[in-house]
Amino acid sequence: MHIPDGYLSPATCATLYAGSAPFWYYALKRMQKVLHTRTIPLLSVFAAFSFLVMMFNLPLPGGTTGHAVGVTIAAIVLGPWAAILTVSTALLVQAIFFADGGITAYGANCFNMAILGALSAYLVYRIIAGSSAIQSSRRVVAAAVSGYVAINLSALATAFELGIQPLLFHDASGAPLYAPYPLRIAIPAMMIGHLSIAGMAEMIVSAGVVAYLQRSEPALLYGTAPGLQVEGGMDLAPAGWGRTRPLWFAIALLLLATPVGILAAGTAWSEWSVDDFKDIHARQQIASNSGGHALPTNIPAGLAKLSSFWTAPMPAYAPAFLKSTAFGYLLSAMLGTGLILLVFLIGGRLFGDSGGRRNGKIAGVR
Amino acid sequence: MKLFLRSGDVVEKTLATMLKATQHASVADELSGTSGVLQRIDPRVKLPGLLLLVLAVACSRHLTVIAAIFVAAILLAAFSKISALRLAVWVWLPVLLFTGTIAAPALFLTPGRALWVYGPVMVTNTGLRSAAFLLSRAGTAATLSALLVLSTRWSWVLKSLRVFRCPAVFVTILGMTYRYIFVLLGVAWDMLESRKSRTVGELPAKEGRRLAAASIGVLLSKSLQLSGDVHLAMQARGFRGEVHLLDDFRMKASDCVWLSVFLAMAVMAFWYGR
Repeated sequence: MHIPDGYLSPATCATLYAGSAPFWYYALKRMQKVLHTRTIPLLSVFAAFSFLVMMFNLPLPGGTTGHAVGVTIAAIVLGPWAAILTVSTALLVQAIFFADGGITAYGANCFNMAILGALSAYLVYRIIAGSSAIQSSRRVVAAAVSGYVAINLSALATAFELGIQPLLFHDASGAPLYAPYPLRIAIPAMMIGHLSIAGMAEMIVSAGVVAYLQRSEPALLYGTAPGLQVEGGMDLAPAGWGRTRPLWFAIALLLLATPVGILAAGTAWSEWSVDDFKDIHARQQIASNSGGHALPTNIPAGLAKLSSFWTAPMPAYAPAFLKSTAFGYLLSAMLGTGLILLVFLIGGRLFGDSGGRRNGKIAGVR
Repeated sequence: MKLFLRSGDVVEKTLATMLKATQHASVADELSGTSGVLQRIDPRVKLPGLLLLVLAVACSRHLTVIAAIFVAAILLAAFSKISALRLAVWVWLPVLLFTGTIAAPALFLTPGRALWVYGPVMVTNTGLRSAAFLLSRAGTAATLSALLVLSTRWSWVLKSLRVFRCPAVFVTILGMTYRYIFVLLGVAWDMLESRKSRTVGELPAKEGRRLAAASIGVLLSKSLQLSGDVHLAMQARGFRGEVHLLDDFRMKASDCVWLSVFLAMAVMAFWYGR
């Protein structure tokens, strides 16, 4: 999953560096505030640990071997923010010193594995583990599922970044300048390996380490188990709303940038509507984007039938009552983001912190 | 590269991976101490210079420009006592195996004008160009990165990161991470070696998975203990959260010349590659 140099365009690399920067900044500030003088030794040693986890080979069903990324274990033991920093540091050492992952693609690799991986692993673990006891087998299942989900989400993001390259960057002859495969090839090619081998490796290591810690070092699991806190530890629990201010600014900036989408001409490949089948110009454009393969003359029966099954309230990100397309994009982005946040809020209320207050302590960080 | 192994080989393979990392670091350290052209350049010039060339490779829309930077990288390696064989084993072969495998299907799958047809198989002009772009970019960027590491001590690479205004805390964390990778590597090595010496016969796959998970768990616990010990040791030496780095580099006239050379190469590459 480590993207080397040359696979992503400089524009994509710059975007993902910019996307990762607020997370790094917030995570470092938070760690310094919480840990103060412990920040440097804890993050250094744990980054070294994250690096080494990737060296452990384990046998997988089917006769093959694989290795874990270790982001799930870091997120479960240290919390998501420390995990972001430790895995990012390990990735930098790998990129510069061991040429595993590119220097220009470092921001992308961190975004996919360290940021997306740590946050999704933490969220899934917390939702499934709920307020179960530290020794509960539910926590082992939670670690397994969170490891599997985190790796596959990271792989999906990687596949998406690689898959959009040929659409956006090609030379005068039409030859892709960077990763050559479109989304329809990049996503299955990436996901087959991760849904099977890599996902399984992360799942086995995450579940196995949590089961081991339950037996021998249960104190290390209290940090991400609010309501079951032990005294004398350090607060590494997830931040409250007020403390995630930089991330809210980042979301606001992304919302404001959504009208940039208007610049993209035509319809995204494979997202054609019934109207595109009828329009001669749209048909020509689709054929040229599909390697000269023309669309069937008649509208496919299934498409015609299902297209009337559900009518979106805001089709094409443009509510009917709005004159300005740009404002329509902005409104759609705000509404979509709001709905996602609402779903997570409800999920958090239902499955998350049903126990005590949000003041988890980590006993393992001595 | 062995993809399918017997379960009992898992400990062996993990030990082999660890040994390879140690050898890699040892060879890099040895080469960075020799007296070649790149080794003599101030790291504060070399790091941004080589990174500029990596960026130029990433931005170029012409294969000839990427090829020219690749030739320049080989010449720099030759004058820096870094053998082509070393680069071939460390960089070009892995790039060829990994990126080559990824790039090869693009020859046939990318739509475009047919260059060569054999039955249902067709190599297209655009497919050939896109595969060449991917392979040349990945190979040249990896060669430039290898030149940096093989000609500069790790501690100097980190110190020169300050040129980019990297926070001192970040530079210190990176330096300590590198140091503790080898400390923990030693711990993991001893753990696996002792287990291997107590194992008779082949380890079943299930036992192999348990061993890997338990070893990582022990390593995690030891890491936290180590970070606590390091923290106490740092505090005992007066550490109060402020980081100060010694900046003992001296810019020479030859470094200014090299800075100009790197800048000129990068500007030309950006201009002709646009």
